[in-house]
Amino acid sequence: MNVLDSIWLIPIFPLLGAALMLFAGRYLDPQPMSDVAIDPALAEELKDDPEYKHLVSPATAHHGHDDHGHDDHGHYHVPPTRKFVGYLCAGAVLLSFLVSLTAVIQLAGTESRSHEVVLYDWLSALPMALTNGQTVTLSAQLGFLLDPLSAVMLLVVSGIGFLIHVYSTGYMAHDNGYYRFFGYLNLFVFFMLTLVLANNYLLLFVGWEGVGLCSYLLIGFYFHKKSAGNAGNKAFLVNRIGDAGFLLATMLVFVTFGTVRFTEITSAVLHHPEAYATAAWGSIGVICLLYFFASTGKSAQFPLFVWLPDAMEGPTPVSALIHAATMVTAGVYLLARSNVLFQLAPEVSPIVASIGALTAIMAASIALVQTDIKRVLAYSTVSQLGFMFLAAGVGAYWVAVFHVVTHAFFKALLFLGSGSVIHAMGGQQDMRHMGGLKDKIPVTFRTMFIGSLAIAGIPGLAGFFSKDEILWQTVSSPLGSNVLYVVGLGTAGLTAFYMWRMMFLTFYGKPRMDEHTAAHVHESPAVMTLPLSILAAGSILVGWLGVPAAWSALPSFFHSFEHWLHPITGIVVQTVEHAAEGHAESHDHVVLEWGLMLLSVTIAVIGIAIARWFYIQNPGKSQNVQQAAPGLHRFLDNKWYLDAFYNHFIVRRLVLGGGHLLTRLDAKVVDGGVNGAAWLTRRISQISMWWDSRVVDGAVGLSAFLVRAASIPIRFAQSGSMQVYALVIVLGLVVIIGVYGRF
Amino acid sequence: MAEMLVPVTTIHYLILGAALFLIGTLGVLSRRNLVIVLMSIELMMNGVNVNLIAFSHLWGGVQGQIFGIFIIAVAVAEAAIGLGILIAMFRNRATVQADELELLKW
Repeated sequence: MNVLDSIWLIPIFPLLGAALMLFAGRYLDPQPMSDVAIDPALAEELKDDPEYKHLVSPATAHHGHDDHGHDDHGHYHVPPTRKFVGYLCAGAVLLSFLVSLTAVIQLAGTESRSHEVVLYDWLSALPMALTNGQTVTLSAQLGFLLDPLSAVMLLVVSGIGFLIHVYSTGYMAHDNGYYRFFGYLNLFVFFMLTLVLANNYLLLFVGWEGVGLCSYLLIGFYFHKKSAGNAGNKAFLVNRIGDAGFLLATMLVFVTFGTVRFTEITSAVLHHPEAYATAAWGSIGVICLLYFFASTGKSAQFPLFVWLPDAMEGPTPVSALIHAATMVTAGVYLLARSNVLFQLAPEVSPIVASIGALTAIMAASIALVQTDIKRVLAYSTVSQLGFMFLAAGVGAYWVAVFHVVTHAFFKALLFLGSGSVIHAMGGQQDMRHMGGLKDKIPVTFRTMFIGSLAIAGIPGLAGFFSKDEILWQTVSSPLGSNVLYVVGLGTAGLTAFYMWRMMFLTFYGKPRMDEHTAAHVHESPAVMTLPLSILAAGSILVGWLGVPAAWSALPSFFHSFEHWLHPITGIVVQTVEHAAEGHAESHDHVVLEWGLMLLSVTIAVIGIAIARWFYIQNPGKSQNVQQAAPGLHRFLDNKWYLDAFYNHFIVRRLVLGGGHLLTRLDAKVVDGGVNGAAWLTRRISQISMWWDSRVVDGAVGLSAFLVRAASIPIRFAQSGSMQVYALVIVLGLVVIIGVYGRF
Repeated sequence: MAEMLVPVTTIHYLILGAALFLIGTLGVLSRRNLVIVLMSIELMMNGVNVNLIAFSHLWGGVQGQIFGIFIIAVAVAEAAIGLGILIAMFRNRATVQADELELLKW
């Protein structure tokens, strides 16, 4: 069976799962009324009301709002219907993964390493004029493209997506709205698969918006919590800013190339590079800048990263899947996908690299002072995404995608691990109240230990290979610079420090939680620890697919990631300027690469050592640092005042100005409209009543009167006297006989 | 004397029947008392009976006589019902005068 022609099946499975959950979930996993989530404050109010008392059982008031569906005794009585829902949704993603895997294996066997399946033309035959005067017809297709780049993303999304689904069946087991959660999660996987499989920018945009929608729905999953609703809104609105850039860029792509299909754009650029390589900040430059701007929204880069830390209001598996492993890497994917355009606009790449580096160091510095375990990871994600953009900015697209993959493993692992910790702590997310969990939740500890080593960049683990390759590329690439390298190296050091600060605060030292919590700390069930173990294995092994070029002694298998992506990210657009450049691998490079590798490992170890010194050997010393530089601490604690800036200059103006306007609008226009409508109804009804009683009733009465008047001449024949009737009969007989009688 | 005697033929019977019928009709039309009216209707039916018997005799068949007997039977039933109605009406209205029983009009 040729799976390559059936790749459209891949997104279908989660779509069916989502449709089933969202339309029929309430029948598949029915919940007793008392299980419906009710805001605790409302529950307090209602509990004495005889009419609503039954809705608010004492259990609801306390557990209805739990983040992690955990009961105090650690017993799991998951109803069979609920298990079925979980298995169904996880199974849908597993099917997608298996089909993807088969398709990718078949793709590897083909010559061209690229396969397109077009299902149908969508928006066909709209004639449009291009910038070069030609008229073409706009056509967007529902088509899927499987090539090395989408293959990588496909396996990451469906594979890690499956593991996180499995984890969620345990993590969400006692949560209200279980089927809703899985419906959204499956819908997300569907849109994400559409995004990575799309064969044109327009369909990619459909996926892009779809994942944004699911992100919004899942961040606001606990919508009865005001902060969760606000976080969802914030994510949605901030993303819309970037999405505007995406739309503009896509329109510009269309009027420049006359198509939005990736393969056609690439071949157009390769065949006539001189036609498109115009002056700096020509249309290609603007397209690249706008696509980059779109990516800063989706992938949480400066200045639009503010939504990602707030997105931690969502359930932890959501943070792992959407806000760490898959959706936020869509921006990197978009850049890698558009790499031929970026090659034509070399003026944009330094901006990408600078923003990436700035975001990396900024987020890493904020992560230093976070106390919420999930927020540390959120800022860490922003920082790592900065690394990916740094790589893309210096032209090393395959490294960016490589880091996407390794990061997906270890960051999903760390998030799921933190979920397991929060689960064990009964909902506590503040690291200041943790500590000493090492031996109580050993599986979580060991897997997170691996994840933290990986992200810190310890050799042999996945994070080392990808991060080191990024740092190496910032030096060696013609687009790179020493400044970028130093910033990247500094960020790597900070990363090692804050990750191990988190590890030491959480797992080592003396327990700082209250006794009740401490007594109930327990390891998570197997459905949660098994995905952790698999991800931990991935966090070690995946990096070996892309070992540094300097390790040339290793067989080519260990360099296979770059080779695999070569058909996409290895395309070199030969323009006049580019032709002159190009650098050969020399002995000096190898020495330099080894030297830099050593440097980055050293700084990672130093980072871990400092964390150990502060949080294990001398606990409390960190307070001294905080007191010594209160301004700096406040600056970092307030996230470089970026949120404050937005609040002050944009949100407040909009909200206050808009709010005032809305109040007036409400009072005058809306209320006026309602009152006016009431007044009008009354007037109309008066007219209607008059009409009814006078005109309509009058007409009825008149017709009756007329009939009565017309009947007068005939009516009196009915005298009521029987003998008169008899007389008439006799006379009538006489007349008939007289006329017709023949004697 | 004998030649003075005219033999009774069919036409005499018919004249008798017509006379009975006419007398009955006049009674129905002119008398107010409903008892008399009923009696007059009996008279009309007997006029018809005389006719039927006369023709039966003329043609020598029995159909006319059978019809005559039918009519007598129907007349008995009719008289019984009619008198019943009259008595009921008298109980309600205390009268059997036809000109006082004229509610069913315009």
